[in-house]
Amino acid sequence: MKALYSFFAVIILIALAYLGITADMTTFFGLVLPYIAAAAFIFGVAYRILIWAKSPVPFKITTTCGQQKSLPWIKNSNLESPHTTLGVIGRMALEVLFFRSLFRNTKMSLKDGPKIVYGENKWLWLAGLVFHWSFLIVIIRHLRFFFEPVPEFILLIQSLDGLLEIYVPVLYMTGVALLMSVTYLYLRRALIPQINYISLISDYFPLFLIMAIAITGALMRYTPLRVDIIKVKELAMGLGSFNPVVPEGIGAIFFIHLFLISVLLIYFPMSKLMHMAGIFMSPTRNMKNDNRMKRHINPWNYPVDTHSYEDWEDEFRDVMKEAGLPLEKE
Amino acid sequence: MSAKKPTPADLIQIDFNPGKKDWMDAKIDFEKKRGNWNYQVLPKSAEYVGMPYPRKWSPADEDWKLPDNWQKIIFEGLRDRLDKYRSFKIFMDICVRCGACADKCHFFIGSGDPKNMPVLRAELLRSVYRNDFTAAGKIFGSLAGGRKLTVDVLKEWFYYFFQCTECRRCSVFCPYGIDTAEITMMGRELLDLVGLNIDWIGTPIANCHRTGNHLGVQPHGFKDSIDFAVDDLEDITGVRAEAPINKKGAEILFVIPSADYFGDPHYFGLLGYIALFHEIGLDYTFSAYASEGGNFGLFHSNEMMKRLNGKIYNEAKRLGVKWILGGECGHMWRVLHQYMDTMSGPADFMEEPVSPITGTKFENSKSTKMIHICEFTADLIKHNKIKLDKSRNDQWRVTYHDSCNPARAMGLLDEPRYVINGVCNHFFEMPENTIREQTFCCGSGAGIGTDENFEMRMRGGMPRANAVQYVHEKHNVNLLACICAIDKATLPPLMEYWVPEVEVGAIHELVGNALVMKGEKKDRTDLRGEPFVGTETAGKEEEANV
Repeated sequence: MKALYSFFAVIILIALAYLGITADMTTFFGLVLPYIAAAAFIFGVAYRILIWAKSPVPFKITTTCGQQKSLPWIKNSNLESPHTTLGVIGRMALEVLFFRSLFRNTKMSLKDGPKIVYGENKWLWLAGLVFHWSFLIVIIRHLRFFFEPVPEFILLIQSLDGLLEIYVPVLYMTGVALLMSVTYLYLRRALIPQINYISLISDYFPLFLIMAIAITGALMRYTPLRVDIIKVKELAMGLGSFNPVVPEGIGAIFFIHLFLISVLLIYFPMSKLMHMAGIFMSPTRNMKNDNRMKRHINPWNYPVDTHSYEDWEDEFRDVMKEAGLPLEKE
Repeated sequence: MSAKKPTPADLIQIDFNPGKKDWMDAKIDFEKKRGNWNYQVLPKSAEYVGMPYPRKWSPADEDWKLPDNWQKIIFEGLRDRLDKYRSFKIFMDICVRCGACADKCHFFIGSGDPKNMPVLRAELLRSVYRNDFTAAGKIFGSLAGGRKLTVDVLKEWFYYFFQCTECRRCSVFCPYGIDTAEITMMGRELLDLVGLNIDWIGTPIANCHRTGNHLGVQPHGFKDSIDFAVDDLEDITGVRAEAPINKKGAEILFVIPSADYFGDPHYFGLLGYIALFHEIGLDYTFSAYASEGGNFGLFHSNEMMKRLNGKIYNEAKRLGVKWILGGECGHMWRVLHQYMDTMSGPADFMEEPVSPITGTKFENSKSTKMIHICEFTADLIKHNKIKLDKSRNDQWRVTYHDSCNPARAMGLLDEPRYVINGVCNHFFEMPENTIREQTFCCGSGAGIGTDENFEMRMRGGMPRANAVQYVHEKHNVNLLACICAIDKATLPPLMEYWVPEVEVGAIHELVGNALVMKGEKKDRTDLRGEPFVGTETAGKEEEANV
């Protein structure tokens, strides 16, 4: 049901874009909205980060996933339980670039006996990694539309991506990988009962949206819906250099693609997609496990009512005296 | 009124299929769920420490007698905590519900209840947050995953936030490090604001605030217990140790969880400490005021934790010690390692800890100035400062249970193992997915180790027990060693339920057994009063070998 809502939301978005283009609103979809979307994305993400940053980090609550630094002859794990800044950077890099924590994932099953078995389960890790990396490379490849001449490294990535040299025009591996991984991410939500149970509309929506973006992109490149790439570049360069023009005769499919990207950019800051920034600020991962070496300051550490020794002794003086315990006041 | 205790055969029938019903429909039948929740805090205890809205109520009642403006109190409390804790705010916002945490929770594994998946436990609170604190939720409501805060939702919070042991296992697997312990802590703080708490947390807190320890042992009772242990140790070993209390000018203040001088098998660990300190001639003191290292305030609120924690540094200062040594306890070490210095420090009136026996500088605690007993003992063993006879533990085939907090909030993993290997001949690890940072909770931590919660405890402890059963069957393991007072109280019934042949013991019980003491009597026994393996049958064995 929730998946259906999200699916139709994306269909409606596509229909909206199509209607808009046929009603000759190309300036809005090609220029105005992309600018709005870019601004919403940049300011939205910055705003969310600022809001997070406004709340202090009162305690150093590192989740330690390895041996602490203690005695010199005990080997500590500076990547899983970092006590230096370098260790934290390393831990974060492993997390962001290779999804370290997800790599630990196992699948529990209960067998007769009873016996609980923890099996390897790297599919989510693999699909997640493929999804994020291929998305990143697709985005980098798209930068070619914004530069003339196109920088070397973009060309390099592009040619590596098309290394298989199948189909004409050359098939980009990351495009295929992106679609496959996003489909897997959807299927596991649809088919695994527990994941299905926890999934919200806002979990399906970005999946369908990204799927639609990838599909419209592929249609433009590999099918008769092909658009005039020179004109697309003209538009992109115009947007990038703040000299916007909408060339005549770009197919509607391009504007649908662009519209969905604009929607994704606008949606991004108000959604769970903010995990992209949040991971860097997650206190269990970005803090050192050096708690006893270096005092952490809590900015709102207010005084509280404790039971002082003096009051305590006052209350128990008689029994203490009888038991022969030392007293401050006789 | 008390719940019928289910058998292991009943409990193991677990249905992991969550069904089709939308989880947002909240309705807990507390009467039907007896055995899975804890009794309400007694008004007397709540009043003593000033918890809000003390009153007579019961979770089984329809009417929880909430204050009229309870929703407003919760919302204000939520806002306040979002502003004070970045962790909380970020954890509310960035979960993608990937589900990696789902089958990592011992309560989910043992119960199959979908709301025990950490992601959904957090969503119970997150749904309310989205509804009333985010733009999308305010506009789109349930379409944006929002949920109105109703009495049923509040009751659901009570049920599930006291079905989390704040063990942080899920946080290890979360790609963003979202820590359910943090969310449960906030959830419990919010519940407390409207007077919803449980007695197993409230009463120990009241005791601890008054007497210094959770059990409510008064200073003379404390002295009796320690004196009794000293006598007992003399009976066992023939060696008379000293165990000073509130001694000014001692070099080291030794702080232990109160169960160590009250519970069994904790007590054998206490005998171990006293024997060890006597043997190395340590200049230390117990304190009848700081007679509790544990801190049930951690399971109540940040403020309560700080109130109970203050006494440790206060007492160190009053007695003029150089540094503090802490005994075997799990959540106590989370507080000491991750909170104490920040809350109650700086500890600038003490010195950087140095072992008076080995000269080792404990640079890892140069600020907090408190050392874990396993760090201390491992250092002694490494430097050959104590004489150990491993064969004195030959009656035990040992496995080690990493307690949640020392493992995942401290990283104390290899020190205890080093000590165990130094004092035992037969040590076997449980499967790797169940130890170290992936260790499974006993199922009874964070203040929910009560009798009325028995069913949920046995369910939650099942993954741990199952791993013990594995090494029991494979290696004949008969002792589950651990360094947590709650473990020592709750693992014995858990073992009795799932793996009846395995006993539970402290690491320092094993140390005390292996310790060869100067002047010990010939027929000394282990700390439980049993003769050492070999000593009683030595003659027979030799004959058999001929």
